[in-house]
Amino acid sequence: MSPETVATLAKIGVWLTALLSVAPAMLWFERRIPAFMQDRLGPNRVGPLGLLQGIADAVKFIFKEEFTPANADRPLFLLAPVLALIPALTTYLVIPFGPEVVIGGHSTKLVVIDSDSGVLLFLALASLGVYSLVLAGYSSNNKYSLMGSIRASAQMVSYELALTTAVVCALIPAGTLNLAEVVDYQRAHLWQAISQPIGMLVFLVAAFAETNRLPFDLPEAESELVAGYLTEYGGLRWAMFFMGEYMSMTTLSALFVTLYFGGWSLPFVDFSGLSGLVQALIGFTVLAAKIAAMLFLFVWVRWTFPRFRYDQLMRLGWKALLPLAVLQLVATAALTVGGVL
Amino acid sequence: MPGDYLPILLSLGIAIALGAGLIWFSWASGLKTGGRVKYSTYESGVPLLDRSRKRLSIAFFLIAIDFVVFDVEAAFLYPWTLHVREGGWPLFWAVMVFVLLIVAGYAYVWRKGGLEVATRVARGIGGTPR
Repeated sequence: MSPETVATLAKIGVWLTALLSVAPAMLWFERRIPAFMQDRLGPNRVGPLGLLQGIADAVKFIFKEEFTPANADRPLFLLAPVLALIPALTTYLVIPFGPEVVIGGHSTKLVVIDSDSGVLLFLALASLGVYSLVLAGYSSNNKYSLMGSIRASAQMVSYELALTTAVVCALIPAGTLNLAEVVDYQRAHLWQAISQPIGMLVFLVAAFAETNRLPFDLPEAESELVAGYLTEYGGLRWAMFFMGEYMSMTTLSALFVTLYFGGWSLPFVDFSGLSGLVQALIGFTVLAAKIAAMLFLFVWVRWTFPRFRYDQLMRLGWKALLPLAVLQLVATAALTVGGVL
Repeated sequence: MPGDYLPILLSLGIAIALGAGLIWFSWASGLKTGGRVKYSTYESGVPLLDRSRKRLSIAFFLIAIDFVVFDVEAAFLYPWTLHVREGGWPLFWAVMVFVLLIVAGYAYVWRKGGLEVATRVARGIGGTPR
């Protein structure tokens, strides 16, 4: 195998290991953090500090009975959880986690696909997520599932519009669709969270809606729709939807910190004198720390805000976020042409 | 180079293999007791009340159409991001005209009520809810 192939496989391996350990880690995170917020203990019996709770849950999921409802459309019913994994397990490819480094005599950029259409690739693959929800709801042949999936798809396409426009704003100053160059721009200038606060907030709110997290978890609102599109799922198939959701949160957070918070870089610190492997380690650690902060925000918001009503949710997306994003677009473009950014 | 994009195929393969593997594994290792009631459609513990293929609000259809229209328009902005600096003010004003056209369409949809998902009753028109 050529050195390039080895480097690509190594980078994919690093990402996959990180992404697949996110789901059990988040299971623990999402019970312990709210427990402390509500002055409880949370799961603390399995392993030290309850850290092995994720493994205990996985074993439980595996040995539960898997059944398909008699009225369900079986092939689609089984396809939906598989599709839930695809967006999260492909979008990481364009996220940079370090500069161009020399490891073992070979120079390599720390991103799997160093593409000049990286952002488009990310958005295209992330949009596939809606198929899994729609198919899950349709194939279950249950009215709660169908309502949940119709709501989910309407919500996701609505917020995707605001998200896409905010991403356009974030790309204008750097003048590129390559995320590595967006990071380079932020190393030379300011973090874009400072220069584009409105776009940043629009992206943040839309990210919550895109991943169906509270306060936008209307598709699975248990007080109205039992569990939405997840009603007929159980065991490991249900867990696959949650793995997909947690991993999508991770990759979307990675895009968010890359566009607005400098990605793998730290301001005022220059690591370029260190050896290649150390630079790669630092870059990945910094990116992981920023993503972890975002995931904490996801949990924090979930246990702070109540759920929106469905028409309020759609109104926020179409009548507040979209105009704000267009405003940011005009402002950023004018500032860039004027030479301020 | 097309070869640069091979990792996508590889990742897709990994994702599908992982998903299929998990489904097979849990199917192979779980109990199978089954039963008529277990296989029936879930209806909060009572016998099935109605079917699932029901009529849906037209609002969902309108939202989908609005999305397709505006998303295609937004997609035209991506090539522009690469040339904002070189293009200068002439290109900026040209794109602003394009944005203005989008905004005009958006204002029209808003005025026509195409962005509303609440029913007329919930918005306080067309009588009071029973």
